[in-house]
Amino acid sequence: MNRTVRWYIGAGLALSVVMAGIVGWYASSAPDGLERVAADHGLGRDGDLAAASPLAGYEVAGMAEGPLSAGLAGLTGVVATGLLAFTVFRWLARRRGAEPPAAR
Amino acid sequence: MHIPDGFFDAATSAAAAAVAAGGLVIALRQARQELDDRTAPMAGLVAVFVFAAQMLNFPVGAGTSGHLLGGALAAILVGPWTGVLAVSVVLLIQALLFADGGMTALGLNIINMAFVTVAVAWPVFRILVRALPRARTTWTSAAFLAGFASVPASAAMFTVEYALGGVGTFSVGTVLAAMVGTHALIGIGEGLITALTVGAVLSVRPDLVRGVRDLLPRPVLAAVAPVTSRG
Repeated sequence: MNRTVRWYIGAGLALSVVMAGIVGWYASSAPDGLERVAADHGLGRDGDLAAASPLAGYEVAGMAEGPLSAGLAGLTGVVATGLLAFTVFRWLARRRGAEPPAAR
Repeated sequence: MHIPDGFFDAATSAAAAAVAAGGLVIALRQARQELDDRTAPMAGLVAVFVFAAQMLNFPVGAGTSGHLLGGALAAILVGPWTGVLAVSVVLLIQALLFADGGMTALGLNIINMAFVTVAVAWPVFRILVRALPRARTTWTSAAFLAGFASVPASAAMFTVEYALGGVGTFSVGTVLAAMVGTHALIGIGEGLITALTVGAVLSVRPDLVRGVRDLLPRPVLAAVAPVTSRG
């Protein structure tokens, strides 16, 4: 990975951290398209969202609802997504390397 | 767009989980052709970016919002199979950690938001960039259209699933009209974010945009990136 690619990856990750950690709290909290249609047309049954996870609904359980709780939840998601995605894709790239080498 | 638990009967949810799992096995095999030491970190970044962007709901009309699905963006940047995997990673994390999308609906959500979006957006993008003049503005426009088309397509697939085993009393036609109508509006946002992001990468490192890499002039490729013999 050369320097400009590394810079580019770093800038993209920094932007993602700002989006999930800060901007997310200020995004629209209106129901999304599916939730709107479901509410208008009586789809589905009410689920118990709160019981599912300490981070359910992008809030940290036990913390006051607000930018800090939402930001922490968002950052946790960024880290978790990054760990899983970078691991899976690096593993797949290595698996390719195990095959007969492609001409470069 | 995330289906929670309780929206679909058990048989439909289970069948969708099996289809999604089978599709992911194929994607894991095929993505190896798209990934190397240079593109693997890009694919990781795309997953993180899609997760973060999905948190940013934008308003579409009164009392409704939409968010990026990201299949179009991921496919254009890192390739269709890798794109499916990137969005699937996001959906898995969202269901596990945030209860955003039910665990029983994970298969349905992966089909709708990873496979359908990529299956629509990738051909739309590739047909357009091959047919149109090779220029950043046309590629950015193609990214808009690919992103736009992917969202109502995803909503239409939801309706197909609703017809098969959805919990609700309204007719399939009513649900189809409501879903596709609402998500055509959300598709405009998807198209804009997709075009903006692809345009930004094109201006910095066009060789990192998988969907146009074969269309770049040779000297650019030779100067900045080793070219692999495979697609």
